Amino acid sequence: MGTATALKQTPLFETYGKYGAKVIDFGGWALPVQFSGILDEHEAVRTIAGLFDVSHMGEVLVEGKDAESYINYLVTNDVTKLSIDQAQYTAMCYPDGGTVDDLLVYKLADEKYLLVINAANIEKDFDWMKQQVKGNVELQNISNTVAQLAIQGPKAEGILQKLTDTDLSKIGSFKFAQHVNLDGITDVLVSRTGYTGEDGFELYLDAAQVEALWVKLLETGSDEGLKPCGLGARDTLRLEARLALYGQELLSDINPLEAGIGFAVKLKKESDFIGKSALSAQKEAGLKRKLVGIEVTGRGIPRHGYPVVSEGGEEIGVVTSGTQSPSLKKSIGLALLSAEHAEVGTPLKVVIRNKPVDAVVVKSPFYKKS
Amino acid sequence: MMTKATANLLYSKEHEWVLQLDGNRVRIGISDFAQKQLGDIVFVETPEVDTEVTANDSMGTIESVKAVSELYSPVSGTVVTVNEELADAPETINEHPFEAGWLVEVEMSNPEELDALLNEDVYQAYINEGEE
Repeated sequence: MGTATALKQTPLFETYGKYGAKVIDFGGWALPVQFSGILDEHEAVRTIAGLFDVSHMGEVLVEGKDAESYINYLVTNDVTKLSIDQAQYTAMCYPDGGTVDDLLVYKLADEKYLLVINAANIEKDFDWMKQQVKGNVELQNISNTVAQLAIQGPKAEGILQKLTDTDLSKIGSFKFAQHVNLDGITDVLVSRTGYTGEDGFELYLDAAQVEALWVKLLETGSDEGLKPCGLGARDTLRLEARLALYGQELLSDINPLEAGIGFAVKLKKESDFIGKSALSAQKEAGLKRKLVGIEVTGRGIPRHGYPVVSEGGEEIGVVTSGTQSPSLKKSIGLALLSAEHAEVGTPLKVVIRNKPVDAVVVKSPFYKKS
Repeated sequence: MMTKATANLLYSKEHEWVLQLDGNRVRIGISDFAQKQLGDIVFVETPEVDTEVTANDSMGTIESVKAVSELYSPVSGTVVTVNEELADAPETINEHPFEAGWLVEVEMSNPEELDALLNEDVYQAYINEGEE
């Protein structure tokens, strides 16, 4: 069996099978969509903890005297506000305000930053970043040598704590610790970040050690109910928590203000940044489109690409993501709608296989951890 | 594996099973193989009673968490009963694909269509072929 373009694999590919993974093609990567089942995994993360292999994500190291000003020009958030061992969520935009990617910026040291970018955009982002280099700055794409696991859920800290003397309770939200030793696995960056709406950690380490860490975590946590989780659950979890997915909520023609991540766009920051004038102009004029949460109240599940119409039948937007919410047991989605129809409570219809089905704009996130 | 529940069933290549009832009536569902492929089923859209269905045409959808799959009719005829339990408990299809998870009953207009379906052994071989 051979294919013209073989799927990319993370260092854990050989290990998946032992845990019952169902592997699929995810944007050119061979990744598990599920292990025990999407609903089971989703529930595990919300009530106990789940472990995700997210090694496909990209990592770019930025070093140099001008690293801070370079990154501050590249991204929409204010990087000057970061202290060492702190991270922030941000977007990178084109001059017209459209989104290149959404990413995390980690301040490792005064002149050293780690940018964590979406797997599907690694090449595009790195090329873009190289084109924008200004001043004394060195870029390194270290995606192939860095692996990443995410342990997420109310019991995540307790389970991870068993592997280390580093006091994890001291790591606040969006803060991290470097060079952590996890039961003999060395030099791990442990950050309190995640993509599920639950408490939890993302662990960055050398690819050569990730299999050992995966096995250790599952052994340590299995008594309490830690489960391996795949992309299926990752998507239902992030959607309930209203977290954007590049390729659906964010695109080169959907800007971060429209996508509802304006909290990561600091139009008032002193430094100029790519897209600042375009986004400021849009904000002043009033956004024409907005991403909102919707709930389908009729029978049906909204899915990416389904048209959204007003009660009168006029097309007013499109569903960017949708699913049956495992935690809320409702059909929910995110939709990019014309601004006049974006208010909470607005009745509308999602066209599901040519049939308009009743829906309504609701508050989001749909789920908030207790 | 032949069990009492499955021994008398015929199968389509789209992984539906067909159980012959009295006269020209058949009951239709999806196989264990199909429910495993789909994963957790969260929504089912079956045709309404009195709808005409045509062999090999789509007659509805079965949705798992991640995807929408077409449901094909293995035979032509008229839908006479629909399993109403599935509206509130679509996961029944995952748990009991051959019994409580049945989808519809159809009054066949052309019983010879059953000849084109596969018996258990042939269906098993067909699945195994696909898995190599």
